[in-house]
Amino acid sequence: MLTVDHLSKSFGGIHAVQDVGFHIPAGSVYSVIGPNGAGKTTLFNLISGLYTPTAGSVKFEGAEITGIPPHSLARMGISRTFQNLQVCKNLSAIENVMVGAHSRLNSGMFAGMFRFPGIVRSDRACKERAVDLMTQVGCKAYIDAHASAMPYGALKKLEVARALASEPRLLFLDEPAAGLNHTETHDMALLVGELVRLGITVVVVEHDMKLVMNISHRILVLNYGQKLAEGTPEEIRKNPDVIAAYLGGDEDEE
Amino acid sequence: MIKLPGANGVDSGSLPEEVVNRFRGLAALAAVLIILPAFLPNTFYVDVANRVAILAMNAIMLNLLMGYTGQISLGHAGFFGLGAYGSAILTARYNVPPLGGLILSAVVTALLSWAVARVILRLRGHYLAMATLGLGVIITIVLTNEAQWTGGPDGMPVGRFSVLGYSLAGERQWYWVFAVLLFATVVITQNLINSPAGRALQALHGSEVAATVAGVDVRRRKMDVFVLSATVSSILGSLGAHYFGYINPGIADFVQSTELVIIVVFGGMASIYGALIGAVIIGILPQFLAGYDGWDVVAFGVILAATMIFLPRGLVPSLAAAMRPKRGATC
Ligand SMILES: Nc1ncnc2c1ncn2[C@@H]1O[C@H](COP(=O)(O)OP(=O)(O)O)[C@@H](O)[C@H]1O
Ligand SMILES: [Mg+2]
Repeated sequence: MLTVDHLSKSFGGIHAVQDVGFHIPAGSVYSVIGPNGAGKTTLFNLISGLYTPTAGSVKFEGAEITGIPPHSLARMGISRTFQNLQVCKNLSAIENVMVGAHSRLNSGMFAGMFRFPGIVRSDRACKERAVDLMTQVGCKAYIDAHASAMPYGALKKLEVARALASEPRLLFLDEPAAGLNHTETHDMALLVGELVRLGITVVVVEHDMKLVMNISHRILVLNYGQKLAEGTPEEIRKNPDVIAAYLGGDEDEE
Repeated sequence: MIKLPGANGVDSGSLPEEVVNRFRGLAALAAVLIILPAFLPNTFYVDVANRVAILAMNAIMLNLLMGYTGQISLGHAGFFGLGAYGSAILTARYNVPPLGGLILSAVVTALLSWAVARVILRLRGHYLAMATLGLGVIITIVLTNEAQWTGGPDGMPVGRFSVLGYSLAGERQWYWVFAVLLFATVVITQNLINSPAGRALQALHGSEVAATVAGVDVRRRKMDVFVLSATVSSILGSLGAHYFGYINPGIADFVQSTELVIIVVFGGMASIYGALIGAVIIGILPQFLAGYDGWDVVAFGVILAATMIFLPRGLVPSLAAAMRPKRGATC
């Protein structure tokens, strides 16, 4: 589904991502773990086109997508959520979700200004689908809410609904369970499983190890921007490098 | 797939709330526009109404750019001036028919604003404000200095507007032209705002990153809305010039641009009726202060400061929020 090769990104002197390569099989849950500052978010930003890599390449279904702007990737079926929420607080909750469907709708300026035939109907269908998505991710209580009036946990889920509205085939979730309580985290895990059953490949950054080990087919471990290990949850659990980095990272402390 | 209970407010059987509100607003606007002339005793008042209508349309276009898309412009009157002087020069010196002058000026303004947008819409916040301010100032300076074309600071006369041999004359005829255009502007901008394109504009205002990841070509959208609002302002400038009969560089200057910004902020950012009502209040205010030269500027300042303090969201959104019945405890 997605192949990353020798991908690097540096900010000034900081090598946020360094020579990282891996392959995400279609239909899997793929997790990226690592301590804070390991480069997980930067990796997502590189793949989703928000950052231009210093070196390396990203291939989506065999096609080179390095350097393609994010808005084109959305059309190709790649979507994501953000660790630091990116919600449009000037819109209602449901409008935020509908924005996710942007590339699936007729979004021409003149089409909108003069209400071209079909535009009202397709927008209504989009709204109904947005309601379904909000229900699916557990945001049902906020269907009539304004985004600016929603608590953190609900916004987290709202971002997932928005990402799903673009009908992605590859979905990146950056710490989807951060800030969620126990039940909500459990629901999020169920949701991820459901999405995979629907044929979406899901890539997750997550700190909750239990959750990661439960839902992932494969795991990538990053440390200081570099690939520390990659494999099945079983392999990762036994990997001596991972154990060293997670349990006895003393030598790295300043 | 879950079917929606009516309580969600997305009940597709009956008309949604916003559709009802929309038609209520448009009906009220149409009624006011139709009966207003009967209450205007003489052409002086009709003239005020016409100028307010022009101001309102300009403010709505600026609100599209500022309130909805979040791109500040402190030079918007410049585009109005380009349309006005384009029409004036083309009709007076090149014998171009008025409609041709209007269209040609609009095309030139569209191209110019497109070229300018390519450069300045990379900027944000204060930098964009400064760049648009500079653009407005440059346009005013050119209009003032190129006296052999524009008549310089004294301005120049503009002939009547005519199409297909029919010529518009008198405040009352123009009233109907501006009334229809104002109504159309409200309808069309409302359509836009409620369409996927309009949602994209508001989304990039809320979060450029979110919008771009959702598939919105942020740069292109900013350019589109900048060019659209500049071009409409140019068309209004052309019509305004023919209506006024005489123009000077003051119509394009910083004071005019600022007045538009004040209208948008006072009436309400991201509110079409806000821009409209703001234009009515700010537009007729100088009439009450006619005897006190310079005090209208002071009044603008006071209004702007008071708005920021007491109605930070602007007049119409604040009133709408106050009047809306409180929703159930869904959030
Ligand atoms: N836009 C940026 N500019 C400068 N440095 C950055 C930027 N984004 C990330 N970094 C740096 O790159 C490193 C990796 O950050 P990040 O990818 O956010 O880590 P993680 O998501 O794994 O916690 C950090 O040292 C961070 O400070
Ligand atoms: Mg991160």
